[in-house]
Amino acid sequence: MSSGSPHTTARAVAMLKKRRRANSVFHALGVAAIAFAIAALVWLMSSIVGTGISAFTQNVITFEVVLDEEELDPSGERDPDALRLANYRAVVQDALYERFDVGDDRQRRQEAFGLVSTSGATDIIRQQVFTDPSLVGTTMTVTAPVSDDLDQYLKGNLTTDIDESLRRVSDNQIAWAQELKASGEIKSQFNWTLFTAPDSRDPELAGVAGAIVGSLLTMLVTFVLAFPLGVGAAVYLEEYAPKNRMTDFVEININNLAAVPSIVFGLLGLAVFLNFFGMPRSAPLVGGIVLAFMTFPTIMIATRAALKAVPSGIYDGALSLGASHTQAVFHHKLPNAAPGILTGSIIGMARALGETAPLLMIGMVAFVTEIPSSITEPASALPVQIFLWSDSAEVAWEERTSAAILILLAFMIVINGAAIWLRSKLEKRW
Amino acid sequence: MIGLFVFAALAVIGGFFLSRRAALVRASTSGVRMHSRAGYHGYLAGWLIGIPTFVVLSLLLTFAPDMSRLVAFALVAATALGMFAIAYTLARPDFRARTHVERIVQAALGACSVVAVLTTLGIIASLLYESILFFAEVSPIEFLTGLQWSPQTALRADQQGQSGAFGAVPVFTGTFLVMAVAIVVAGPIGLMIAIYLSEYANKRVRSIVKPVIEILAGIPTVVYGFFGLLAVGPTIRAFGESMGFEAPTQSAIAAGSVMGVMIIPLVSSLSDDVINAVPQTMRDGSYALGATKFETTSNVVFAAALPGIMGAFVLAISRAIGETMIVVMAAGRAANLTANPFEAVTTVTVQIVALLTGDQEFDSAKTRAAFALGLVLFVITLVLNVFALNIVRKYREKYE
Repeated sequence: MSSGSPHTTARAVAMLKKRRRANSVFHALGVAAIAFAIAALVWLMSSIVGTGISAFTQNVITFEVVLDEEELDPSGERDPDALRLANYRAVVQDALYERFDVGDDRQRRQEAFGLVSTSGATDIIRQQVFTDPSLVGTTMTVTAPVSDDLDQYLKGNLTTDIDESLRRVSDNQIAWAQELKASGEIKSQFNWTLFTAPDSRDPELAGVAGAIVGSLLTMLVTFVLAFPLGVGAAVYLEEYAPKNRMTDFVEININNLAAVPSIVFGLLGLAVFLNFFGMPRSAPLVGGIVLAFMTFPTIMIATRAALKAVPSGIYDGALSLGASHTQAVFHHKLPNAAPGILTGSIIGMARALGETAPLLMIGMVAFVTEIPSSITEPASALPVQIFLWSDSAEVAWEERTSAAILILLAFMIVINGAAIWLRSKLEKRW
Repeated sequence: MIGLFVFAALAVIGGFFLSRRAALVRASTSGVRMHSRAGYHGYLAGWLIGIPTFVVLSLLLTFAPDMSRLVAFALVAATALGMFAIAYTLARPDFRARTHVERIVQAALGACSVVAVLTTLGIIASLLYESILFFAEVSPIEFLTGLQWSPQTALRADQQGQSGAFGAVPVFTGTFLVMAVAIVVAGPIGLMIAIYLSEYANKRVRSIVKPVIEILAGIPTVVYGFFGLLAVGPTIRAFGESMGFEAPTQSAIAAGSVMGVMIIPLVSSLSDDVINAVPQTMRDGSYALGATKFETTSNVVFAAALPGIMGAFVLAISRAIGETMIVVMAAGRAANLTANPFEAVTTVTVQIVALLTGDQEFDSAKTRAAFALGLVLFVITLVLNVFALNIVRKYREKYE
């Protein structure tokens, strides 16, 4: 280095050091920002997996119930209506009092009965007796879910180091549960109920089947409406529309529609489809229409991008062979744009599947205990079910909410994975 | 009812095949050269039969759902057969079927894009209609400047002050507070990620990190809301306790920070786009003058991309204002007039949800207030979006 250069003076060297330090600080800030985002993602996923994983198992208790004829069917006629309304609760109570030998002590009686899911056990017995009335008078072995509090205790989700009076499970119940677990009368099994049952007031009996069916029906309506409309509007604007003020207006409109808050679409659905057209509340039909309004701009934007990406040579080639404009567009441009249209639509549908707020507006928050079978019946949707469960007080709902989220995320991963796979499979590089 | 739809669909399909055949047969017997391929005669028949038949069918279902099945069937069948007769006579070889089909197709496609305009009009009309009814009861000035928000009292007709208090200022400040927290989180972090990925990271890091960040955008908002409730809220509460002040689980900062995480990919991918659009020659010029990477990035690239980055921030603000589920679940519901992010606040979207969920009569000031809030929300986000999209478009044109 020549000593005369202004770049080698002590001041310049010190300055250069400072400038380089600034650069490395900036570099580190960039890394930190990425680390923050990834850490947030990891925290989110781990907290949800951490609380949700235990909901995929359920503790069940096996016990013998004497189906006392005096109690269940005193007339002895085995009348179906009488059998439906019979007091199964009493036989479950008797069985549990007997099993734990609680005598007449009210406190202990309550504790013994509190081990098992009341509706769970009585429903199972009712179902069995109803299909086979000859069971009345015999002894039956019942395997029913344990109560949600005991289940939470057995999964380690309840703290026991507080005073007994503040606890959801008592010392007696803990002792009994340990004993039953040791003898195999209480065991943990895969929680099929979570996947096969509709919603319920009792966490141990609640499942997401109704919500999943509701979501699928809603998505069906959304797709049937949004896909043709979105692709149609895109083809028109990209291939047919004259360039004038009117089309500019439509274009601004659609771009803006894609950024309108989702809840506003819910207000539209409520005012127009429920109040004005009198369509049914809580129905997947209306939910699907509202989500279609939201999804259609997304599909449209993706379709236009896909159409733009098709090289003009394909269109020109078709014209030169005598095709009309419409033939060139429909026979040559659209098939070549199909992969892009498909992936864009799938991603739009995935977003619609996770959408909650507009569905709240049109009443899809109703408590629905049946699996819907048509698009006009009241239904819930998976994200709405998550919202409802997250709002419930009991501890058991927390793990179930997380489990429902994991199920929703699994759907999302499958759908987005399908989009990525399709893109890599079908995408053409021109 | 389903039978009628099936009948209409069969009529369309039948019309297609019969007219196509008719065109072919007539062409071969008369020896006239066909103008359009036979299929177009079929398509024309399909459109001609389909459109009026389905229109009649929908009109019947909407306006006379109780009509006897026989009459309904007769009407639908008459329409279908009449239109088929027309289409069948038209199926001559010299008839320009393709031209007509293409015109119909173009009109149908145009109708699809009109739906977008109708949606916007529908939104504006429904929000305006209910809002005007609301403002007939509550003065707009009270709504926009009033400091007390307690719409619940409107339900109790026997009470004094039964009209409720509809001063929405606490709702607006709450919305602003949550949005500010979200932008404070998402703005710098999203921007730094964009700068790092476009200026510093090599191709491999970029190809891994970018999709991972995008995952954050794909997670449903209800999941973020629950995350705020389950993990972030309690953490902030514990932090508050350790610092010696009381922080509720549901607070502006809990909702805002979770929302910020959600918006990071929006800011980062939009900023990434605009930074990548800055021409490489500008960077090269800066390096040639001896600038370090940091100096080039901050003085040249950032300065050039600033309008686009502004656009990204404005879109992020609009997104934060309109976000619903996170605030419903993590911000609380109390209409506090406060600037303290550690307090529970309420937002426009939360109030819309609170006023309209559950069984309501839809003609009280309470439910109409939700539409008035919706109108405010729509107008603000509309202005922000148009503004942002404009900046971004102008910026793109500049470097294209």
